[in-house]
Amino acid sequence: MEKRYGAVHALSGVTLAIEQGEFFGLLGPNGAGKTTLINVIAGLARADAGAVSVMGADAVADYRRARRMLGVVPQELVFDPFFTVRETLRIQSGYFGIRGNDAWIDEVMEHLDLTGKANANMRSLSGGMKRRVLIAQALVHKPPVIILDEPTAGVDVELRQGLWQFVSRLNRDGHTVVLTTHYLEEAELHCNRIAMLKAGRVVALDSTRNLLASVSGSRINVRVMARDGTQHLLQIEGYAQLERELARLRQQGVEIADLELERPDLEQVFLKLTS
Amino acid sequence: MTSFWTLFTKELLRFVKVGVQTVAAPVLTALLYLVIFGQVFEGPLQGRLQAFDGVRYAAFLVPGLVMMSVLQNAFANSSSSLIQSKITGNIVFILLAPISYAEFFWAYVAASVARGLAVGACVLAVGAAFVELRLAAPLWALAFALLGAGLLGALGVLAGIVSEKIDQLAAFQNFVILPLTMLAGVFYSIHSLPAFWRALSHANPFFYMIDGFRYGFFGASDVAPGISLAIVAIALAAVASLCLLLLKSGYKLRT
Repeated sequence: MEKRYGAVHALSGVTLAIEQGEFFGLLGPNGAGKTTLINVIAGLARADAGAVSVMGADAVADYRRARRMLGVVPQELVFDPFFTVRETLRIQSGYFGIRGNDAWIDEVMEHLDLTGKANANMRSLSGGMKRRVLIAQALVHKPPVIILDEPTAGVDVELRQGLWQFVSRLNRDGHTVVLTTHYLEEAELHCNRIAMLKAGRVVALDSTRNLLASVSGSRINVRVMARDGTQHLLQIEGYAQLERELARLRQQGVEIADLELERPDLEQVFLKLTS
Repeated sequence: MTSFWTLFTKELLRFVKVGVQTVAAPVLTALLYLVIFGQVFEGPLQGRLQAFDGVRYAAFLVPGLVMMSVLQNAFANSSSSLIQSKITGNIVFILLAPISYAEFFWAYVAASVARGLAVGACVLAVGAAFVELRLAAPLWALAFALLGAGLLGALGVLAGIVSEKIDQLAAFQNFVILPLTMLAGVFYSIHSLPAFWRALSHANPFFYMIDGFRYGFFGASDVAPGISLAIVAIALAAVASLCLLLLKSGYKLRT
């Protein structure tokens, strides 16, 4: 897939296949092309070259079938100020050709802790509440593919936990989930497979486990107390050296003040691949 | 069809929820025109109705004001809704949905027609309180009201798609829609104009809508109503085709 905005090459030769039922992460620094990629998949942007297929439906030629398969949570906090939460969700259901959807709307609102705000006007909601409504809007038609573009930006810890529980349940039920997030620990925790983008190109595409294994192993940080009372940090790469270094410290009579195990995480992978 | 009905209903609710602004205010504006032109200036203007013998100026004015309200409000409905949705970003909910280009277009146009007719009916009711009105050919009046509102609703969709800012839309409204409406014979019969201006009026598509609508009341018009209706229908088909083409291409809606 290719996409240019004037002189900016937003997507440059991106080729990607996301399998049904995956919890897939799209990571990358700002301007890497994540949102452009999502917009092309969702039909909000048109690729200059290449094609997107959503569960066999071409995103341009068969756009109605493709869009029925998708539930997209946009990054921007947008809402229609004329309507209440329930009206918003009923309207969104209707756009997808669904009438009498109140049972599922109630369930989605329950999971996202929106029930108490069902009859509140969208204007009166806090930013976090508006984000919840955006997520509910993406789910009203029970889409087999859910795209979450920074879903937890600006939301409190409680909602994050509730949201991940709900999305994980949907994933277990067979929904494919595509996630972009700046919270790498969220991607590490939930995504089975991750693509990392940089300047419109895919620089890594592998399972989360393999990506983590691609950076050097665990590091042990040992804080030691010198005889003059000052503290020093000793970093030991891998377990192999650990016993030898500890023996050397004992021999020299150095006291260990603290010992911390640092496992490889996605942040290290991210920095290694994108910096 | 559910998608179409939902978008249409949403657009209806949108203007009904702010009815004071979208219905009551334009009715008041039309009432002011009626009082000033129909009552204060009725004497001097009475002699300028050659095509309408025996018709009081105030009675001549009311259908013109009704149609002017229908047209302006039909345009305002679709154009303001689209530009607001684009600026606030909530148009994304429609763009993400499996709504066809035709459903998108006709839902906005149908809601515009509904608002145009609602305001027009209120202006007519107010006008009827001031002067005695008779409907010589009501079906002609209805046909012109429907097609005229449809055309202006479609022009509103076009303006809403093309405009990126409120001031661009305001320019379209103030420099195109308003002059064409005001110079379309709302306040006078074009037979009272000098030859040059009369000929120029025939190039104004809004003239045919107002003249044809007035035929429905008096059974008399400057141009035969069949010709006027055909011109309005052709204009609607042309604007609708252009809008559908733009919607299909994603012009200024999809990047």
